[in-house]
Amino acid sequence: MSLKSVISEPVFSQNPIAVQILGVCSALAVTTSLQVTLVMCMALTAVTACSNVGIALIRNHIPNSIRIIVQMIIIASLVIVVDQILKAYAYEISKSLSVFVGLIITNCIVMGRAEAFAMKNGPVMSFFDGIGNGLGYSVVLIVVATVRELFGAGNLLGFEVLPLITNGGWYQSNGLLLLPPSAFFIIGFFIWALRSWKTEQVEQPDFKILPNTVNSEQH
Amino acid sequence: MASNNDSIQKTLLVAILLCLFCSIIVAGAAVSLKPLQIANKQLDKNKNILAAAGLLVEGPSIEEQFKQITTRIVNLETSAYATDAELAEISAAGFNPEAFDQKKSSKNPKLSAKLDANKDIASIKRLEKFAAIYTIEKDGAVEKMILPVHGYGLWSTLYGFLALEGDLETVIGLGFYSHAETPGLGGEVDNPSWKAQWVGKKLYNSEGDLSIRVIKGKATPGSLHDVDGLSGATLTGRGVSNLVNFWLGKDAFGPFLSAAKAGGA
Repeated sequence: MSLKSVISEPVFSQNPIAVQILGVCSALAVTTSLQVTLVMCMALTAVTACSNVGIALIRNHIPNSIRIIVQMIIIASLVIVVDQILKAYAYEISKSLSVFVGLIITNCIVMGRAEAFAMKNGPVMSFFDGIGNGLGYSVVLIVVATVRELFGAGNLLGFEVLPLITNGGWYQSNGLLLLPPSAFFIIGFFIWALRSWKTEQVEQPDFKILPNTVNSEQH
Repeated sequence: MASNNDSIQKTLLVAILLCLFCSIIVAGAAVSLKPLQIANKQLDKNKNILAAAGLLVEGPSIEEQFKQITTRIVNLETSAYATDAELAEISAAGFNPEAFDQKKSSKNPKLSAKLDANKDIASIKRLEKFAAIYTIEKDGAVEKMILPVHGYGLWSTLYGFLALEGDLETVIGLGFYSHAETPGLGGEVDNPSWKAQWVGKKLYNSEGDLSIRVIKGKATPGSLHDVDGLSGATLTGRGVSNLVNFWLGKDAFGPFLSAAKAGGA
């Protein structure tokens, strides 16, 4: 396992959102504007990386019976620190992120990496694993946010790209894109595109539907 | 190597040390960043005061723009500007009259009183004795007046500002700077197109009764007093309606506004 693969694997091959389907909740909630999304991605990457380091450092001393609680305490402390920093230096953004920074605590990616990777690997590797998974999360969120903000509000990073009809332009905005369900659709398309490119990610169907057979006994 | 990791002593030791360590980090971050956060909050409040009055412009700093605004303290019991003796009373209670923290004063027994449940349509429980209002004055006459309002929505108390024209009857704007309503539903009170509806509404009907309100569904076009409800947020809309009516009503700013209109203030 090389450093390079630890960072690059989670971006496309083992993407936490698209392949492991973790952390979808915040991907739906914060992706209406790109700027907020970027801050959320940075916050999550920082928390995942740092919590991985913290847990990897004490992994040989964590009693098995309370290991989830120990992981939670480390993650929760880091999330509070990140939230405090955002409130001090990026107040506007912290207001629009509202509860979602706090909800990083329950983001499955952070917990999942702590349990799956940091408990078994050294701090340096764990740090980069956190960065890699944060990047994987960021890639999906940035794609979703770009589509949603551009076609939903006609802006990108707050700058007008497609002038809206309501502001005297020509673009009729798609209101659905500003609502959470649209993020589901975009993530779906993202997974479709990713699996068409990397066909090894396609799962075998659990069962096969038989061709039309007469099954009159069941009626 | 850690075969005794699961012994009770080790478990307790790890738990206690970890908690101590994490609490130091959390407390350290909270304490050291507090001054910056308070400054941000004040700045945000000032920005919202300017925004409610429709004065916020790009470019100059908020501090610079806020200079045109005069902060005044109103005594809600006597419905007049606070006298020097009353300002001294505020200072004695540990508050700064220049940057009066009305939200905090509602928890201070010297500066607030319990509100009767039948009067308390905005569910605020305690009413402050003093309120900080913000005015823009020209040659001694009030051109715009910005009143602080708050009240309960669905999940949270909404704190905001209602700006009035110098006639004290026409709304310039309403904006909330702090609330925890559901994003996308009640949180739409922050939506600029909803807030824009408040502009130009009249507070009183032809009989002089307070009649501004948020209704359920769409208001008739051209209505002077009705604001559209927010879809999916009937209770937040009702809360906003109640809080605006409470603060403009007879138990809060109502008598003060009448006196000011009559030229008393």
